[in-house]
Amino acid sequence: MNILKVSNLRVWDELTGQVIVPNSSFHIKQGNCLSIVGESGSGKSMTCRAIMRLNRGSIRQSGDILFRDVNLAELSDKKIRSLRGKHLCMIMQHGMRAFDPSCVIGVHIRETLAQHYGLNRSESEARMIIAMESVRLKDPAQIMNKYPHQLSGGMLQRIMIALAIVLKPDLIIADEPTTALDAISQYEVVEQLLELRSRMGCAIILVSHDLRIVQKLADEVLVMKAGVIVERGTAQDIFSNARHEYTKYLVSSKLALNKHFHKVMGGTGIVDR
Amino acid sequence: MGAYIIKRAIISVSLLAIISFVTYGLNFLSPLEPAQLVLQAQGVPNITVELIAETKASLGMDQPFLVQYFDWLTSCLQLNFGNSYVSGKPVWSLLGPALLHTLQLTLVSVAGIILLSIGFGVICALREGDLLDKSVRGVLFVLASMPAYLLATLMIWYFSVQLDLLPTSGMTSYRSYLLPALVITLNYAGIYFRIIRSSMLSQLNEDYVLYGRACGLPERTITLHILRNSLQVAVSVFCMAIPTILGSTVVVENIFAWPGLGTLTVNSILGRDFPIIQAYVLVLAAAFVLFNMLSDLLGAALNPKLRKEL
Repeated sequence: MNILKVSNLRVWDELTGQVIVPNSSFHIKQGNCLSIVGESGSGKSMTCRAIMRLNRGSIRQSGDILFRDVNLAELSDKKIRSLRGKHLCMIMQHGMRAFDPSCVIGVHIRETLAQHYGLNRSESEARMIIAMESVRLKDPAQIMNKYPHQLSGGMLQRIMIALAIVLKPDLIIADEPTTALDAISQYEVVEQLLELRSRMGCAIILVSHDLRIVQKLADEVLVMKAGVIVERGTAQDIFSNARHEYTKYLVSSKLALNKHFHKVMGGTGIVDR
Repeated sequence: MGAYIIKRAIISVSLLAIISFVTYGLNFLSPLEPAQLVLQAQGVPNITVELIAETKASLGMDQPFLVQYFDWLTSCLQLNFGNSYVSGKPVWSLLGPALLHTLQLTLVSVAGIILLSIGFGVICALREGDLLDKSVRGVLFVLASMPAYLLATLMIWYFSVQLDLLPTSGMTSYRSYLLPALVITLNYAGIYFRIIRSSMLSQLNEDYVLYGRACGLPERTITLHILRNSLQVAVSVFCMAIPTILGSTVVVENIFAWPGLGTLTVNSILGRDFPIIQAYVLVLAAAFVLFNMLSDLLGAALNPKLRKEL
Protein backbone atom coordinates (compact mmCIF):
# COMPACT_ATOMS: atom_id res chain seq x y z
CA MET A 1 0.00 0.00 0.00
CA ASN A 2 1.25 3.44 -0.84
CA ILE A 3 1.49 5.75 2.12
CA LEU A 4 2.36 8.76 -0.01
CA LYS A 5 1.66 9.40 -3.64
CA VAL A 6 2.91 12.60 -5.21
CA SER A 7 1.66 13.39 -8.68
CA ASN A 8 2.57 16.23 -11.01
CA LEU A 9 4.30 18.23 -8.32
CA ARG A 10 5.48 21.55 -9.62
CA VAL A 11 7.42 24.02 -7.50
CA TRP A 12 8.32 27.49 -8.71
CA ASP A 13 9.43 30.87 -7.48
CA GLU A 14 6.69 33.37 -8.10
CA LEU A 15 9.03 36.33 -7.85
CA THR A 16 11.61 35.30 -10.42
CA GLY A 17 9.43 32.89 -12.40
CA GLN A 18 12.13 30.25 -12.03
CA VAL A 19 10.78 26.69 -12.03
CA ILE A 20 12.57 24.60 -9.41
CA VAL A 21 10.73 21.30 -9.86
CA PRO A 22 8.90 21.14 -13.21
CA ASN A 23 6.84 17.96 -12.87
CA SER A 24 7.56 15.23 -10.34
CA SER A 25 5.55 12.11 -9.60
CA PHE A 26 6.59 9.39 -7.19
CA HIS A 27 5.18 7.24 -4.43
CA ILE A 28 6.39 5.47 -1.35
CA LYS A 29 5.11 2.23 0.14
CA GLN A 30 4.24 1.73 3.77
CA GLY A 31 7.38 1.01 5.81
CA ASN A 32 9.72 1.59 2.90
CA CYS A 33 12.64 3.94 2.58
CA LEU A 34 12.72 6.09 -0.49
CA SER A 35 15.92 7.91 -1.11
CA ILE A 36 16.22 11.04 -3.20
CA VAL A 37 19.76 11.58 -4.41
CA GLY A 38 21.32 14.26 -6.54
CA GLU A 39 23.77 17.09 -6.27
CA SER A 40 23.14 20.29 -4.30
CA GLY A 41 20.50 22.53 -5.83
CA SER A 42 18.75 19.72 -7.69
CA GLY A 43 15.44 20.41 -5.90
CA LYS A 44 15.59 17.59 -3.35
CA SER A 45 14.91 19.74 -0.29
CA MET A 46 12.29 21.77 -2.13
CA THR A 47 10.45 18.56 -3.02
CA CYS A 48 10.50 17.44 0.61
CA ARG A 49 9.29 20.76 1.91
CA ALA A 50 6.58 20.82 -0.72
CA ILE A 51 5.24 17.51 0.62
CA MET A 52 4.76 19.12 4.04
CA ARG A 53 3.82 22.44 2.44
CA LEU A 54 6.62 24.19 4.26
CA ASN A 55 8.00 26.30 1.42
CA ARG A 56 7.50 29.94 2.33
CA GLY A 57 7.57 33.34 0.81
CA SER A 58 7.42 33.49 -2.95
CA ILE A 59 7.76 29.71 -3.49
CA ARG A 60 4.53 28.25 -4.89
CA GLN A 61 3.53 24.67 -5.63
CA SER A 62 0.88 22.73 -7.49
CA GLY A 63 0.05 19.05 -7.88
CA ASP A 64 -1.52 16.38 -5.72
CA ILE A 65 0.08 14.97 -2.59
CA LEU A 66 -1.96 12.00 -1.43
CA PHE A 67 -1.05 10.96 2.08
CA ARG A 68 -3.17 7.99 3.25
CA ASP A 69 -5.84 9.04 0.73
CA VAL A 70 -5.88 12.64 2.06
CA ASN A 71 -4.76 15.26 -0.43
CA LEU A 72 -2.35 17.43 1.53
CA ALA A 73 -2.40 20.05 -1.21
CA GLU A 74 -6.07 20.78 -0.54
CA LEU A 75 -6.01 20.85 3.28
CA SER A 76 -6.53 24.05 5.24
CA ASP A 77 -3.51 25.56 7.00
CA LYS A 78 -4.91 24.42 10.33
CA LYS A 79 -5.45 20.84 9.17
CA ILE A 80 -2.01 20.45 7.67
CA ARG A 81 -0.46 21.90 10.83
CA SER A 82 -2.12 19.20 12.91
CA LEU A 83 -0.60 16.55 10.60
CA ARG A 84 2.89 18.04 10.72
CA GLY A 85 4.88 16.52 13.51
CA LYS A 86 2.29 13.94 14.45
CA HIS A 87 2.00 12.13 11.11
CA LEU A 88 4.70 13.74 8.98
CA CYS A 89 7.96 14.34 10.76
CA MET A 90 11.06 16.10 9.57
CA ILE A 91 14.67 15.58 10.57
CA MET A 92 16.76 18.56 9.64
CA GLN A 93 20.21 18.75 8.13
CA HIS A 94 21.77 21.10 10.69
CA GLY A 95 21.00 19.99 14.22
CA MET A 96 22.80 23.07 15.45
CA ARG A 97 20.36 25.40 13.76
CA ALA A 98 17.17 23.36 14.16
CA PHE A 99 16.41 24.50 17.70
CA ASP A 100 15.76 28.01 18.98
CA PRO A 101 19.24 29.14 20.11
CA SER A 102 17.91 31.12 23.06
CA CYS A 103 15.83 28.34 24.61
CA VAL A 104 16.88 25.04 26.11
CA ILE A 105 16.10 21.95 24.01
CA GLY A 106 13.32 20.91 26.39
CA VAL A 107 11.22 23.94 25.45
CA HIS A 108 10.79 22.80 21.85
CA ILE A 109 10.09 19.23 22.94
CA ARG A 110 7.48 20.27 25.50
CA GLU A 111 5.77 22.65 23.08
CA THR A 112 5.61 20.01 20.36
CA LEU A 113 4.26 17.26 22.61
CA ALA A 114 1.79 19.62 24.29
CA GLN A 115 0.54 20.63 20.85
CA HIS A 116 -0.08 17.10 19.56
CA TYR A 117 -0.81 15.06 22.66
CA GLY A 118 -1.72 17.69 25.26
CA LEU A 119 1.01 16.35 27.51
CA ASN A 120 2.10 18.39 30.48
CA ARG A 121 5.73 19.06 31.36
CA SER A 122 6.45 15.95 33.42
CA GLU A 123 4.60 13.58 31.07
CA SER A 124 6.36 14.84 27.97
CA GLU A 125 9.72 14.72 29.73
CA ALA A 126 9.11 11.17 30.92
CA ARG A 127 8.29 9.99 27.38
CA MET A 128 11.16 11.91 25.87
CA ILE A 129 13.66 10.49 28.35
CA ILE A 130 12.73 6.93 27.32
CA ALA A 131 13.09 7.83 23.64
CA MET A 132 16.40 9.60 24.18
CA GLU A 133 17.78 6.63 26.05
CA SER A 134 16.77 4.40 23.16
CA VAL A 135 18.91 6.48 20.78
CA ARG A 136 21.74 6.12 23.28
CA LEU A 137 21.85 9.67 24.58
CA LYS A 138 23.27 9.72 28.07
CA ASP A 139 21.70 11.87 30.80
CA PRO A 140 18.59 12.79 28.82
CA ALA A 141 17.08 14.87 31.63
CA GLN A 142 20.18 17.03 31.69
CA ILE A 143 20.35 17.33 27.93
CA MET A 144 16.86 18.80 27.87
CA ASN A 145 18.10 21.63 30.08
CA LYS A 146 20.95 22.45 27.71
CA TYR A 147 21.04 25.11 25.00
CA PRO A 148 21.69 23.98 21.42
CA HIS A 149 25.18 25.48 21.39
CA GLN A 150 26.12 23.34 24.38
CA LEU A 151 25.44 20.11 22.45
CA SER A 152 27.06 18.55 19.40
CA GLY A 153 25.46 18.28 15.97
CA GLY A 154 25.22 14.51 16.29
CA MET A 155 23.47 14.76 19.64
CA LEU A 156 20.96 17.27 18.29
CA GLN A 157 20.32 15.01 15.31
CA ARG A 158 19.60 12.13 17.66
CA ILE A 159 17.32 14.37 19.74
CA MET A 160 15.31 15.00 16.58
CA ILE A 161 15.16 11.23 15.98
CA ALA A 162 14.10 10.69 19.61
CA LEU A 163 11.36 13.29 19.21
CA ALA A 164 10.21 11.43 16.09
CA ILE A 165 10.09 8.22 18.15
CA VAL A 166 7.77 9.89 20.66
CA LEU A 167 5.61 11.45 17.94
CA LYS A 168 5.21 8.11 16.11
CA PRO A 169 4.74 9.58 12.63
CA ASP A 170 3.75 7.56 9.57
CA LEU A 171 6.34 9.24 7.41
CA ILE A 172 9.70 10.71 8.32
CA ILE A 173 11.42 13.09 5.98
CA ALA A 174 15.12 13.19 6.70
CA ASP A 175 16.71 16.04 4.76
CA GLU A 176 20.43 15.26 4.53
CA PRO A 177 20.54 14.07 8.13
CA THR A 178 24.22 13.18 8.03
CA THR A 179 25.77 15.83 5.81
CA ALA A 180 26.81 18.14 8.63
CA LEU A 181 28.25 15.40 10.80
CA ASP A 182 31.67 13.81 11.21
CA ALA A 183 32.13 10.17 10.18
CA ILE A 184 31.49 8.64 13.61
CA SER A 185 28.32 10.66 14.26
CA GLN A 186 27.20 9.83 10.71
CA TYR A 187 27.50 6.16 11.46
CA GLU A 188 25.54 6.50 14.69
CA VAL A 189 22.75 8.52 13.09
CA VAL A 190 22.42 5.99 10.26
CA GLU A 191 22.21 3.18 12.81
CA GLN A 192 19.49 5.08 14.67
CA LEU A 193 17.52 5.67 11.48
CA LEU A 194 17.73 1.96 10.64
CA GLU A 195 16.52 1.07 14.10
CA LEU A 196 13.77 3.68 13.99
CA ARG A 197 12.47 2.15 10.80
CA SER A 198 12.54 -1.44 12.01
CA ARG A 199 10.97 -0.52 15.32
CA MET A 200 8.22 1.83 14.19
CA GLY A 201 7.55 0.54 10.70
CA CYS A 202 7.23 4.06 9.39
CA ALA A 203 8.15 5.12 5.89
CA ILE A 204 11.23 7.29 5.40
CA ILE A 205 12.14 9.74 2.69
CA LEU A 206 15.88 10.11 2.87
CA VAL A 207 17.43 12.99 1.02
CA SER A 208 21.15 12.65 0.63
CA HIS A 209 24.02 13.06 -1.71
CA ASP A 210 25.98 10.52 0.24
CA LEU A 211 25.51 7.28 -1.69
CA ARG A 212 27.05 5.11 1.03
CA ILE A 213 24.21 6.00 3.37
CA VAL A 214 21.64 5.63 0.62
CA GLN A 215 22.93 2.14 -0.15
CA LYS A 216 22.60 1.20 3.48
CA LEU A 217 19.11 2.56 4.11
CA ALA A 218 17.13 2.85 0.92
CA ASP A 219 14.73 0.37 -0.66
CA GLU A 220 14.05 2.60 -3.60
CA VAL A 221 15.99 5.46 -5.09
CA LEU A 222 15.07 8.54 -7.08
CA VAL A 223 17.87 10.34 -8.86
CA MET A 224 17.22 14.03 -9.38
CA LYS A 225 19.04 16.45 -11.57
CA ALA A 226 17.99 20.08 -11.98
CA GLY A 227 14.54 19.36 -10.55
CA VAL A 228 13.85 16.41 -12.86
CA ILE A 229 13.76 12.77 -11.76
CA VAL A 230 16.21 11.23 -14.22
CA GLU A 231 16.15 7.71 -12.91
CA ARG A 232 14.21 5.62 -10.42
CA GLY A 233 14.35 2.04 -9.23
CA THR A 234 15.20 -0.26 -6.38
CA ALA A 235 18.41 0.51 -4.57
CA GLN A 236 20.00 -2.68 -5.88
CA ASP A 237 19.19 -1.81 -9.47
CA ILE A 238 20.53 1.71 -9.23
CA PHE A 239 23.82 0.70 -7.71
CA SER A 240 24.53 -2.35 -9.84
CA ASN A 241 22.86 -1.38 -13.06
CA ALA A 242 22.58 2.38 -13.50
CA ARG A 243 21.13 3.36 -16.85
CA HIS A 244 21.20 7.12 -16.88
CA GLU A 245 24.53 8.83 -17.50
CA TYR A 246 24.09 11.05 -14.45
CA THR A 247 23.45 8.09 -12.13
CA LYS A 248 26.49 6.30 -13.54
CA TYR A 249 28.50 9.42 -12.82
CA LEU A 250 27.23 9.62 -9.23
CA VAL A 251 27.87 5.91 -8.59
CA SER A 252 31.31 5.96 -10.16
CA SER A 253 32.35 9.04 -8.23
CA LYS A 254 31.25 7.27 -5.06
CA LEU A 255 33.34 4.23 -6.00
CA ALA A 256 36.33 6.39 -6.77
CA LEU A 257 35.99 8.13 -3.43
CA ASN A 258 35.71 4.84 -1.60
CA LYS A 259 38.76 3.49 -3.40
CA HIS A 260 40.68 6.53 -2.32
CA PHE A 261 39.39 6.09 1.23
CA HIS A 262 40.48 2.46 1.28
CA LYS A 263 43.88 3.43 -0.02
CA VAL A 264 44.35 6.11 2.62
CA MET A 265 42.87 4.21 5.55
CA GLY A 266 44.08 0.79 4.52
CA GLY A 267 40.85 -0.88 5.54
CA THR A 268 37.09 -0.69 5.37
CA GLY A 269 35.25 2.57 5.66
CA ILE A 270 33.16 3.03 8.77
CA VAL A 271 29.84 3.03 7.00
CA ASP A 272 30.75 0.00 4.88
CA ARG A 273 31.05 -2.21 7.93
CA MET B 1 27.84 36.70 36.24
CA GLY B 2 28.91 38.36 39.50
CA ALA B 3 32.50 38.70 38.34
CA TYR B 4 31.27 40.17 35.06
CA ILE B 5 29.21 42.83 36.84
CA ILE B 6 32.19 43.79 39.03
CA LYS B 7 34.44 44.01 35.99
CA ARG B 8 31.95 46.20 34.18
CA ALA B 9 31.51 48.39 37.27
CA ILE B 10 35.25 49.01 37.52
CA ILE B 11 35.44 49.98 33.86
CA SER B 12 32.40 52.23 34.23
CA VAL B 13 33.80 54.04 37.27
CA SER B 14 37.12 54.73 35.59
CA LEU B 15 35.30 55.92 32.49
CA LEU B 16 33.26 58.32 34.60
CA ALA B 17 36.45 59.59 36.28
CA ILE B 18 37.93 60.43 32.88
CA ILE B 19 34.71 62.15 31.77
CA SER B 20 34.58 64.23 34.97
CA PHE B 21 38.20 65.29 34.51
CA VAL B 22 37.61 66.39 30.92
CA THR B 23 34.40 68.20 31.88
CA TYR B 24 36.09 70.11 34.63
CA GLY B 25 39.13 70.82 32.51
CA LEU B 26 37.04 72.27 29.66
CA ASN B 27 36.00 75.15 31.88
CA PHE B 28 39.61 76.11 32.32
CA LEU B 29 40.09 76.24 28.57
CA SER B 30 37.29 78.80 28.34
CA PRO B 31 38.70 82.30 27.77
CA LEU B 32 36.37 83.78 30.34
CA GLU B 33 37.37 84.28 33.94
CA PRO B 34 34.80 82.38 36.06
CA ALA B 35 35.08 84.82 38.96
CA GLN B 36 34.25 87.66 36.63
CA LEU B 37 31.21 85.76 35.38
CA VAL B 38 29.99 85.23 38.93
CA LEU B 39 30.25 88.93 39.66
CA GLN B 40 28.58 89.86 36.39
CA ALA B 41 25.75 87.44 37.06
CA GLN B 42 25.29 88.86 40.53
CA GLY B 43 24.93 92.29 38.96
CA VAL B 44 27.96 93.90 40.60
CA PRO B 45 28.28 97.21 38.74
CA ASN B 46 31.98 97.93 39.19
CA ILE B 47 34.19 94.86 38.88
CA THR B 48 37.64 95.62 40.18
CA VAL B 49 40.76 93.45 40.17
CA GLU B 50 40.60 93.18 43.96
CA LEU B 51 37.00 92.08 43.84
CA ILE B 52 37.86 89.33 41.34
CA ALA B 53 40.72 88.13 43.53
CA GLU B 54 38.43 88.11 46.54
CA THR B 55 35.74 86.09 44.72
CA LYS B 56 38.38 83.68 43.46
CA ALA B 57 39.59 83.06 46.97
CA SER B 58 36.08 82.57 48.33
CA LEU B 59 35.24 80.06 45.56
CA GLY B 60 38.56 78.26 45.98
CA MET B 61 39.64 79.21 42.46
CA ASP B 62 43.07 80.36 43.58
CA GLN B 63 44.05 76.76 44.29
CA PRO B 64 46.04 74.67 41.76
CA PHE B 65 43.92 72.94 39.08
CA LEU B 66 44.23 69.42 40.46
CA VAL B 67 43.32 70.49 43.99
CA GLN B 68 40.26 72.28 42.66
CA TYR B 69 39.33 69.23 40.57
CA PHE B 70 39.54 66.82 43.48
CA ASP B 71 37.61 69.19 45.76
CA TRP B 72 34.90 69.43 43.11
CA LEU B 73 34.90 65.67 42.51
CA THR B 74 34.58 64.73 46.19
CA SER B 75 31.72 67.14 46.68
CA CYS B 76 30.09 65.88 43.47
CA LEU B 77 30.12 62.38 44.89
CA GLN B 78 28.00 63.74 47.74
CA LEU B 79 25.64 65.25 45.16
CA ASN B 80 26.98 68.68 46.03
CA PHE B 81 27.77 70.28 42.68
CA GLY B 82 28.40 73.74 44.15
CA ASN B 83 26.23 76.79 43.67
CA SER B 84 24.87 78.26 40.50
CA TYR B 85 26.82 81.34 39.38
CA VAL B 86 23.62 83.03 38.30
CA SER B 87 21.09 82.37 41.03
CA GLY B 88 23.44 81.38 43.81
CA LYS B 89 21.24 78.38 44.62
CA PRO B 90 22.78 74.92 45.07
CA VAL B 91 23.07 73.23 41.65
CA TRP B 92 21.42 70.04 42.86
CA SER B 93 18.32 71.91 43.99
CA LEU B 94 17.91 73.07 40.37
CA LEU B 95 19.20 70.00 38.56
CA GLY B 96 17.53 67.35 40.75
CA PRO B 97 13.88 68.26 40.06
CA ALA B 98 14.62 69.02 36.39
CA LEU B 99 16.29 65.62 36.02
CA LEU B 100 13.33 63.93 37.67
CA HIS B 101 10.83 65.66 35.37
CA THR B 102 12.77 64.78 32.24
CA LEU B 103 13.30 61.24 33.47
CA GLN B 104 9.55 60.82 33.95
CA LEU B 105 8.90 62.10 30.46
CA THR B 106 11.66 59.89 29.05
CA LEU B 107 10.40 56.74 30.73
CA VAL B 108 6.84 57.32 29.55
CA SER B 109 8.14 57.95 26.02
CA VAL B 110 10.42 54.89 26.05
CA ALA B 111 7.53 52.72 27.21
CA GLY B 112 5.55 54.05 24.25
CA ILE B 113 8.49 53.49 21.90
CA ILE B 114 8.94 49.89 23.03
CA LEU B 115 5.24 49.08 22.71
CA LEU B 116 4.88 50.71 19.30
CA SER B 117 8.13 49.33 17.89
CA ILE B 118 7.46 45.76 18.96
CA GLY B 119 3.82 45.91 17.92
CA PHE B 120 4.42 47.40 14.49
CA GLY B 121 7.71 45.53 14.01
CA VAL B 122 6.04 42.15 14.54
CA ILE B 123 2.99 42.97 12.43
CA CYS B 124 5.08 44.33 9.56
CA ALA B 125 7.51 41.39 9.65
CA LEU B 126 4.70 38.84 9.58
CA ARG B 127 2.98 40.62 6.70
CA GLU B 128 6.12 41.65 4.87
CA GLY B 129 5.50 43.30 1.55
CA ASP B 130 1.72 43.59 1.71
CA LEU B 131 -0.31 46.78 1.93
CA LEU B 132 -0.40 46.94 5.73
CA ASP B 133 3.38 46.62 5.99
CA LYS B 134 3.94 49.27 3.35
CA SER B 135 1.46 51.77 4.81
CA VAL B 136 2.73 51.40 8.39
CA ARG B 137 6.29 51.86 7.16
CA GLY B 138 5.27 54.88 5.13
CA VAL B 139 3.35 56.63 7.91
CA LEU B 140 6.01 55.98 10.54
CA PHE B 141 8.71 57.16 8.14
CA VAL B 142 6.92 60.48 7.67
CA LEU B 143 6.39 60.88 11.42
CA ALA B 144 9.99 60.01 12.24
CA SER B 145 11.42 62.40 9.70
CA MET B 146 9.20 65.30 10.78
CA PRO B 147 11.11 67.69 13.04
CA ALA B 148 9.93 67.51 16.66
CA TYR B 149 8.86 71.16 16.75
CA LEU B 150 6.60 70.72 13.70
CA LEU B 151 5.05 67.53 15.02
CA ALA B 152 4.58 69.10 18.45
CA THR B 153 2.94 72.19 17.00
CA LEU B 154 0.58 70.14 14.87
CA MET B 155 -0.34 68.00 17.87
CA ILE B 156 -1.03 71.02 20.04
CA TRP B 157 -3.09 72.59 17.29
CA TYR B 158 -5.19 69.45 16.81
CA PHE B 159 -5.52 67.91 20.27
CA SER B 160 -5.39 71.02 22.43
CA VAL B 161 -6.82 73.77 20.29
CA GLN B 162 -9.23 72.03 17.89
CA LEU B 163 -10.44 69.24 20.16
CA ASP B 164 -9.58 70.91 23.47
CA LEU B 165 -8.71 67.51 24.96
CA LEU B 166 -5.24 67.96 26.37
CA PRO B 167 -3.31 70.81 28.01
CA THR B 168 -1.03 72.76 25.66
CA SER B 169 1.87 72.99 28.08
CA GLY B 170 3.11 72.64 31.62
CA MET B 171 3.25 69.65 33.89
CA THR B 172 0.01 69.63 35.84
CA SER B 173 -1.54 66.18 35.62
CA TYR B 174 -0.92 62.84 33.94
CA ARG B 175 -2.65 64.30 30.89
CA SER B 176 0.22 66.73 30.47
CA TYR B 177 2.47 63.76 29.70
CA LEU B 178 0.47 62.57 26.72
CA LEU B 179 1.40 65.13 24.07
CA PRO B 180 5.14 65.55 24.74
CA ALA B 181 5.54 61.79 25.22
CA LEU B 182 3.62 61.13 22.01
CA VAL B 183 5.84 63.50 20.03
CA ILE B 184 9.00 61.82 21.32
CA THR B 185 7.53 58.34 20.81
CA LEU B 186 6.52 58.98 17.22
CA ASN B 187 9.88 60.54 16.47
CA TYR B 188 11.81 57.52 17.69
CA ALA B 189 9.43 54.60 17.12
CA GLY B 190 9.69 55.09 13.37
CA ILE B 191 13.37 54.23 13.58
CA TYR B 192 13.28 51.55 16.25
CA PHE B 193 10.41 49.54 14.79
CA ARG B 194 12.55 48.97 11.72
CA ILE B 195 15.18 47.30 13.86
CA ILE B 196 12.57 44.86 15.21
CA ARG B 197 11.09 44.31 11.76
CA SER B 198 14.38 43.61 10.02
CA SER B 199 15.72 41.34 12.75
CA MET B 200 12.41 39.44 12.75
CA LEU B 201 12.71 39.06 8.97
CA SER B 202 16.24 37.75 9.19
CA GLN B 203 15.09 35.22 11.80
CA LEU B 204 12.20 34.03 9.61
CA ASN B 205 14.54 32.10 7.35
CA GLU B 206 16.34 30.37 10.20
CA ASP B 207 16.19 26.59 10.38
CA TYR B 208 14.58 26.57 13.81
CA VAL B 209 11.53 28.33 12.36
CA LEU B 210 11.24 25.66 9.66
CA TYR B 211 11.71 22.86 12.19
CA GLY B 212 9.13 24.44 14.51
CA ARG B 213 6.65 24.52 11.64
CA ALA B 214 7.59 20.98 10.60
CA CYS B 215 6.80 19.88 14.16
CA GLY B 216 3.36 21.42 13.83
CA LEU B 217 3.83 24.24 16.34
CA PRO B 218 1.22 26.99 16.08
CA GLU B 219 2.29 30.22 14.37
CA ARG B 220 1.83 32.14 17.62
CA THR B 221 4.43 30.00 19.41
CA ILE B 222 6.83 30.33 16.50
CA THR B 223 6.36 34.11 16.39
CA LEU B 224 7.20 34.33 20.09
CA HIS B 225 10.42 32.36 19.49
CA ILE B 226 11.34 34.66 16.61
CA LEU B 227 10.55 37.74 18.70
CA ARG B 228 12.66 36.48 21.57
CA ASN B 229 15.66 36.13 19.29
CA SER B 230 15.01 39.44 17.55
CA LEU B 231 14.84 41.29 20.85
CA GLN B 232 18.47 40.48 21.58
CA VAL B 233 19.50 43.14 19.11
CA ALA B 234 16.72 45.52 20.06
CA VAL B 235 17.26 45.42 23.81
CA SER B 236 20.58 47.21 23.61
CA VAL B 237 19.06 49.81 21.30
CA PHE B 238 16.11 50.39 23.62
CA CYS B 239 18.39 50.70 26.65
CA MET B 240 20.50 53.31 24.93
CA ALA B 241 17.34 55.17 23.91
CA ILE B 242 16.79 56.22 27.54
CA PRO B 243 19.97 58.33 27.97
CA THR B 244 19.73 59.53 24.36
CA ILE B 245 16.23 60.92 24.89
CA LEU B 246 17.23 62.19 28.33
CA GLY B 247 19.82 64.38 26.65
CA SER B 248 17.81 65.51 23.65
CA THR B 249 14.44 66.68 24.90
CA VAL B 250 15.35 70.37 24.56
CA VAL B 251 13.00 71.17 21.69
CA VAL B 252 10.03 69.24 23.05
CA GLU B 253 10.53 70.63 26.55
CA ASN B 254 10.68 74.18 25.29
CA ILE B 255 7.53 73.83 23.23
CA PHE B 256 5.53 72.23 26.03
CA ALA B 257 7.11 74.42 28.77
CA TRP B 258 8.26 71.24 30.50
CA PRO B 259 10.32 72.12 33.59
CA GLY B 260 13.03 69.63 32.71
CA LEU B 261 16.71 69.26 31.91
CA GLY B 262 16.49 70.68 28.41
CA THR B 263 15.04 73.99 29.56
CA LEU B 264 17.50 74.24 32.45
CA THR B 265 20.61 73.51 30.39
CA VAL B 266 19.77 75.86 27.57
CA ASN B 267 19.33 78.67 30.09
CA SER B 268 22.56 77.68 31.84
CA ILE B 269 24.56 77.58 28.62
CA LEU B 270 23.25 80.99 27.60
CA GLY B 271 24.05 82.37 31.06
CA ARG B 272 27.46 80.61 31.17
CA ASP B 273 26.46 78.98 34.43
CA PHE B 274 29.40 76.55 34.54
CA PRO B 275 28.52 74.55 37.68
CA ILE B 276 25.17 73.56 36.22
CA ILE B 277 26.68 72.63 32.85
CA GLN B 278 29.36 70.55 34.54
CA ALA B 279 26.80 68.76 36.68
CA TYR B 280 24.55 68.18 33.66
CA VAL B 281 27.35 66.66 31.59
CA LEU B 282 28.37 64.46 34.48
CA VAL B 283 24.86 63.24 35.20
CA LEU B 284 24.19 62.50 31.54
CA ALA B 285 27.52 60.70 31.15
CA ALA B 286 26.67 58.63 34.21
CA ALA B 287 23.30 57.82 32.65
CA PHE B 288 24.97 56.67 29.40
CA VAL B 289 27.48 54.51 31.25
CA LEU B 290 24.81 53.04 33.48
CA PHE B 291 22.39 52.17 30.69
CA ASN B 292 25.17 50.83 28.51
CA MET B 293 26.04 48.43 31.30
CA LEU B 294 22.38 47.58 31.78
CA SER B 295 21.95 46.81 28.09
CA ASP B 296 24.93 44.44 28.17
CA LEU B 297 23.53 42.65 31.18
CA LEU B 298 20.07 42.38 29.63
CA GLY B 299 21.58 41.15 26.38
CA ALA B 300 23.44 38.48 28.31
CA ALA B 301 20.25 37.45 30.08
CA LEU B 302 18.50 37.00 26.72
CA ASN B 303 21.36 35.37 24.86
CA PRO B 304 22.65 32.18 26.46
CA LYS B 305 25.76 32.22 24.27
CA LEU B 306 26.86 35.54 25.75
CA ARG B 307 25.98 34.34 29.23
CA LYS B 308 28.48 31.52 28.91
CA GLU B 309 31.29 33.96 28.26
CA LEU B 310 30.61 35.95 31.42
